[in-house]
Amino acid sequence: MKTLRETDLRGVMLPLAFLLLWYVVTAMQLVNTKLIVPPGAVVDSAWQVITSGQLLTGLRASLTRDIAGFAAGSTAGILFGLVLGVSRWAERLVGPTFHTLKQISLFAWLPLLSTWLGTGEAAKILFIALSAFYPVALNTFEGVRSVTRAQVEVARVLGFDRWQLAWRLILPAAAPQIATGLHLALLYAWLATIGAEYLLGSSAQGIGSVVIRGKATFHVELIIVGMLLIGLVGMVLNRLATLVESRVLHWRGPVH
Amino acid sequence: MSTLTIALPSAAPQQPGRLLRWNDSLTRFALSWPFPLAVLLLWYLAAEFEWLPPQILPPPGMVAATFVDLVRSGELPDNLWISLWRVLGGFLAGGLAGIALGVAMGLSPTARDYLYPTFRLVAQVPSLGWLPLLMMLVGIGEALKIILISKAAFVPIALNTCKGLQGVSNRFIEVARVYRFTRWQLLTKVVFPAALPQIWNGIRYGLTHAWLALVAVELLASSEGLGFMIVYGRQLYQLDVVLAAVVVVGAIGFALDKILALIEQRLLRWRRDGF
Repeated sequence: MKTLRETDLRGVMLPLAFLLLWYVVTAMQLVNTKLIVPPGAVVDSAWQVITSGQLLTGLRASLTRDIAGFAAGSTAGILFGLVLGVSRWAERLVGPTFHTLKQISLFAWLPLLSTWLGTGEAAKILFIALSAFYPVALNTFEGVRSVTRAQVEVARVLGFDRWQLAWRLILPAAAPQIATGLHLALLYAWLATIGAEYLLGSSAQGIGSVVIRGKATFHVELIIVGMLLIGLVGMVLNRLATLVESRVLHWRGPVH
Repeated sequence: MSTLTIALPSAAPQQPGRLLRWNDSLTRFALSWPFPLAVLLLWYLAAEFEWLPPQILPPPGMVAATFVDLVRSGELPDNLWISLWRVLGGFLAGGLAGIALGVAMGLSPTARDYLYPTFRLVAQVPSLGWLPLLMMLVGIGEALKIILISKAAFVPIALNTCKGLQGVSNRFIEVARVYRFTRWQLLTKVVFPAALPQIWNGIRYGLTHAWLALVAVELLASSEGLGFMIVYGRQLYQLDVVLAAVVVVGAIGFALDKILALIEQRLLRWRRDGF
């Protein structure tokens, strides 16, 4: 059994080698340093945009958008999945259409949404909501479906009414699946936030807009800082989701 | 994880007769139509009575006519082929690299120690996040598209291959030891087949992500392909072109997934034999 320290050390070898290579080729001017900027410039620029508040306002705008879209999309997704899972009729009538529509690549919706709603906040939030809706609806549906007939019959024997059936049996039974859906939705929503900011004009605030502006003005440092931030936020969201998931579903035992 | 299940007598699965089952799938099929038809009718009425201007919502008939036009003129097939080749190229490149990395990380703890943290770092930034940087480095040519699509396919495939191989139960390996399997036999007869369902899952995700990335990159930086058709139609306010292209995007996504599902059925046939 290796110690934790040794594993950690091995893990940082590759990034360190990369940083060294990056530093050496830029310091020795082996490449066009306008395109491949030296690591020091990235750090400088990161410090600058962070202290000037440009990045933080962008980040706040993006996160607000992300959360609004995620909340709307996942609420709709849970309700839709629940109805589809509980009612055979709903599943048969709407299910096939839903399964067909979900095949449309997410970003293909953006130009349509922007024609109908413009390039403002509404279109962006609706797009983010749409991206969160599919995984939540799908997982809720499958979670509800996994409730066995035996469980429902026990609930009937115990005299549960409809409301109790939903709250006491179906939702808890489907909770792990719903949690998976929400987790996925969180990641998709973040991707959609960035995509919406890329594609729907860079005039609005947002981290994606900062990156696009960096590209337009040929500031590679700005792009790299933006990218790192996008990755960082994605990572934090992922961590938070895992944490909440294992908390809420603690009765299920540790999440793999 | 062990779960305790109490089987009630009535919970035993009922075996419906063959005729009944066939009948059931027929109703299933019949019931899947009213909803989309109702939407289509609503769409038709909205366009017919001009509740919305035709630039915003072109009538369904017009979309269909445009679709036929685009097919006849060769515009749609041409763009479709370009998109398909791109996705195929990117998917193959990313998929092979992903499987290679996944196998390395799944089988060798040393490789995992060295590579996994870096892999996580790269995977953490969504494909779209890489786009502006890549545009700077390689321009907006074909290389950009292939790299981005490869990255999109690479991550889920590498991750699932690695996890799948790691998750192979020790009991299988012990049994193989008892039978004195060689290392090669162990890998080809036990480890890979056992990990295959999850690896295949990764491949399916990879293809879905590749298709998603393709549409995104074509929307942002392209002068041909399905995504470009959508942007182009939108710029000229030809929503009939946009809608026709969106339908094709959906159909292709559907077809790609179906093909993989069919291959899966063949590939993982043995899985059903056990039950």
